Formats: sequence, C-alpha cells, structure tokens
Amino acid sequence: MGAGPILEVTGLYKNFGGVQAISDLNFILNPGELLGVIGPNGSGKTTAVNLITGFVKPTEGEILFKGEAITGMAPHKIVRRGISRTFQMVKPFYQLPAFKNMIIPLYSPRVKKMRGGKYGDRDAVALDLLEEVGFERDSMVAFKSAGALPQGYLKRLELAKAIALNPELMILDELFSGLSLAEVAGIVPIIEKLRFQGKTLIMIEHRLKELFRIADRVLVLNYGQKIAEGDASQVMDRPEVKKAYLGAE
Amino acid sequence: MLYLSAPRLVPVLGFLLLPIFLNAYWQKVFLSVAVFGLLAISWDILAQSGMISLGQALFFGVGAYAAGTLNHYFGWHPLVTLPLASIFGGLICTGVLLPVLRLRGVYFSMVTLIIPLMLVRIVEATKVFGGTEGLSGIDALPSHWLEIYLVALVLLGALFGFRRMMDSDYGLVLKGIADNDRSVINAGINIYWFKAQALFISSSIGAFSGAFMTHVYMFVGMPVFALDYSILPIAAAVVGGPGTLAGAVLGACILVPLSEILRGIGGLRIVLYGLFLVVFIVGLPEGIFHFIQRKYHQFERWVEVD
Repeated sequence: MGAGPILEVTGLYKNFGGVQAISDLNFILNPGELLGVIGPNGSGKTTAVNLITGFVKPTEGEILFKGEAITGMAPHKIVRRGISRTFQMVKPFYQLPAFKNMIIPLYSPRVKKMRGGKYGDRDAVALDLLEEVGFERDSMVAFKSAGALPQGYLKRLELAKAIALNPELMILDELFSGLSLAEVAGIVPIIEKLRFQGKTLIMIEHRLKELFRIADRVLVLNYGQKIAEGDASQVMDRPEVKKAYLGAE
Repeated sequence: MLYLSAPRLVPVLGFLLLPIFLNAYWQKVFLSVAVFGLLAISWDILAQSGMISLGQALFFGVGAYAAGTLNHYFGWHPLVTLPLASIFGGLICTGVLLPVLRLRGVYFSMVTLIIPLMLVRIVEATKVFGGTEGLSGIDALPSHWLEIYLVALVLLGALFGFRRMMDSDYGLVLKGIADNDRSVINAGINIYWFKAQALFISSSIGAFSGAFMTHVYMFVGMPVFALDYSILPIAAAVVGGPGTLAGAVLGACILVPLSEILRGIGGLRIVLYGLFLVVFIVGLPEGIFHFIQRKYHQFERWVEVD
C-alpha cells in the first residue's frame, strides 16, 4: 500500500426520488486520520456513510478505497475489504449475553482470513475484545444479557463488533449520542487507542465539543452539500457554518 | 442424571416405543404426526432465519412429485427415491424461491403462499405428471414397520440435529439475519448465501415428508399442494412454541391426533378445532414447550445435578 489516500470520494450524488440527499460530495482521507463529519439533522451525514459502506447505491460519483473503486459494490464485500461501521441505532440481540453478540462479527469471512482459515474459540476471543472496550472481566458484565445493559455498554458493544473485524477504516455513526458525559469520557480513550494502532476513522457526531477534541479535520454538511472543511478549531467560526447551525442572522 | 436426560428420553422413547402399542389405524395417524412434525420443523427453521413461509406445501408437493416421478416413470426403489427427492426437491424449491430471498416479512410470505397454488393449476392445465388423475401405482416401502421407524428416526434426527445446529454459532448467524440483517451484513457476511442454505435445509426436510407420504399413499396427485400442508405446520409450531423445533414437534403431536379424535363429531369438528387453537394461542402465547421448559427448570433447585 502506497502513501496515497485511503479513501477518495469524488463527485458523489444521491437522489431519493426528487430529494437531493447528497450532491457533489468530494473529500479525501489519509491513512491514520480522524475525520469528523458534522451537520444539522437531515443534512445527509448518515446517507454519506450508507453510500461509502454500500448499503445505498449512489446516483453518480466514485468512491475509491485504497485506490480501488468500491462504488456500488455489495455491502458485505466492502466490509471484507476493510471498512466497517457502527450503526446509529444500536440493535443487539437483547435476549443473548453480551459476549454472544460478538459471535456474528467473529463469524465473518474477514476474520477467518486473518486467522489463517481458523476461527478459534469465538467465545474466548469475544470476551477479550469486550474487555478491550471496557467490559471489565471481573464484573461479569459481558455475561449479562444485552437487554439488561445500559446504553453506554451497548455503544461499547457496537464499537467492539466493528473492532472485531480489524478494519482499516472505521466509520462511527453517532457513537456518542444518548450518552452521558461520563460515558463519553469512558469511550474517548478507546478511540484514542484505535488511532494509536493506526486505524483511520470517520466519526459522525452531534456532540461537537467532544468531537473537536479528538478530530484532526472536520467536514460540515448541509442539505447534502459540503459547506466547509478544515481544522476543528476554525471550522465553527466560518459564517456559512454558523448559519447552518444557528439559522440566518 | 435423569433430570438432564429425561427431556431427551421422553421424545426418543415415545417415538420409538409408542408405535408398537398402536393399532393399524393409529399407526397411520402416527405417520401423519411425524410428517407434520417434520413440516413444522421445516417451517420453524425458516422462521428462525427470518423467512416466514406460508407455503410448506410447495416443499411437500415438490418432494412428493419428485419421488412419484422417479418411481412411476423410472421404477426406482423407494429407498433410492426418498433421499434423491429430498435433495433435488430441496434444490428445486431453493431455486424457485432464490429470486425472492431479497423480500422481507410479509412480501416473502405472500410469494410462498402463491407458488404452490400456481403449481396446482400448472399441473392441471398442462396435464404433466398425470394431470388431475395424478400418478398411481407407486411402490410402497417394503414393510410398514420400516415405514414407521424410518420416519420416526428421521424426525428424531432432524429434531436433535437441527436444534443443535440452531444453537451453534452458525445458527446464531441465521437468527441474526432474522433479528437485524444489516448488522449481519456489516460483519461481511453474505446474508443471501446463508438464507439460501437455510432455505435448502428447510425445503429438503419438507420434500422428504412429501416423498415419504407419496410412498405411504402409493399415489401422488394435486392434493399435495393443498393449503393443509402449509397451515397445519404453522399452527403446530405456534401452539407448541416457535423458535425451539421441539415445540413444533410437540404441537404436531397434539394437533394431528386431536384432529383425528374430533373426526367423530362431524361438521362441528373444524369449529372445535379452531376454538382449541384460539384458546391455546390466547392462553399460552409463548407456546406449550416454552411453558413446560420454564416449569421444568423450576425443579432444578430440588434436584442435584452433577
């Protein structure tokens, strides 16, 4: 792999009927970067994620991952290439213990390939991965049924499911939403650790303060268009961003 | 030890020993129970994988016609046609439903409901496979004890085998597709490939029961696509407790003999039968098996388990 960008999005358009959900989106992402994507509700953030991960096919445009086109590819194939995501709405198996929820990602062909054709003991791997995201082993919290877990743990579980696939690019869709400050503070070190391991991340967030503290670069969407991009500390000072967030003056 | 083995011994001994004490008429009912038990298992596997089928008759009918054709036109022995009809019946049904695997929920159900009804009309209109007359003079299995024990063993094998499968990690992936397919896709798993596998397993079981009944009746005709074969397995699985396979078999063990007992009272049979179904679904919505399981586990604290 060269030094080129890990993700290149060029001229991306998506219409839902007459609604222009994404129009002319362009950006690049370098390996190891953390890109924050912000914007008001309905500005097309989640649609952008769905387009990159293949859950939605773009009307026009091109997406290159590690220099290869993944535009319009089936979502499971994109995951196998190394992009994994979390969902805004966490929907685990509520009746199963938390660690059993990890079995599905550990069943992935990508994991099988990485482990040289062997899956190994999935339960043990699941417990290790959960410990990494803060399911303390002594507390037995990983053995509790997912339905009994508080939102903070469910988000950690969602994160662990993405980490299990050992992706090169992780897209975290509103990971912090619905969490208390303390819970966010508990998750931030996990993200810092992922960055330290060289993962590239895209974070869709509404929690701007927490995001700006960790993001290298921020991209602002409004009505499906990129209205600003740049350093976290400067982007909010731009008039067009202020207007999108606070309304016209 | 008995505490752990009893739940397994009861169905095994029941299915293996009961036929010895039955007269010829009730032995036929026993075959019917086993066949509907298999169809209910077949329905339950699909339902657990997120595909609610209203057309078990498709699997049953295709298997029945496959066995009938192989025996009638080629003269192959029933012990050859049974496995062949199961496998090829399964492949045919999977192939037919492959294009609609992308449909979810009620849309998938509607297609499965329509296809067997369509096939009946095709057989009627084109007069293939004997048309409205059907194919008669099909060989029976060599002995009626073989009949009974073959179907009993297949049922027990399917019950325990597929229960184990659904409890394994593979089964968890299938249940994951039913629960939240996007999250399974997001693991890099091709859900359509897994759904097709579940469909093949389910339709093979259904095709086996159809093929088996063809050799029992020594006849195959358009009734094999009847709605009974679609609806009764669902009723059995729902009354017995869906999502367990054991509940499906238990439901068949209750509903099929009940239907026979009620035969004596004539026209009101369907009303009473329907009333019974309603009472059970309202009174025990979790299903009989879940109820028994829950009560049985309450004994645990009195029993020493080593």
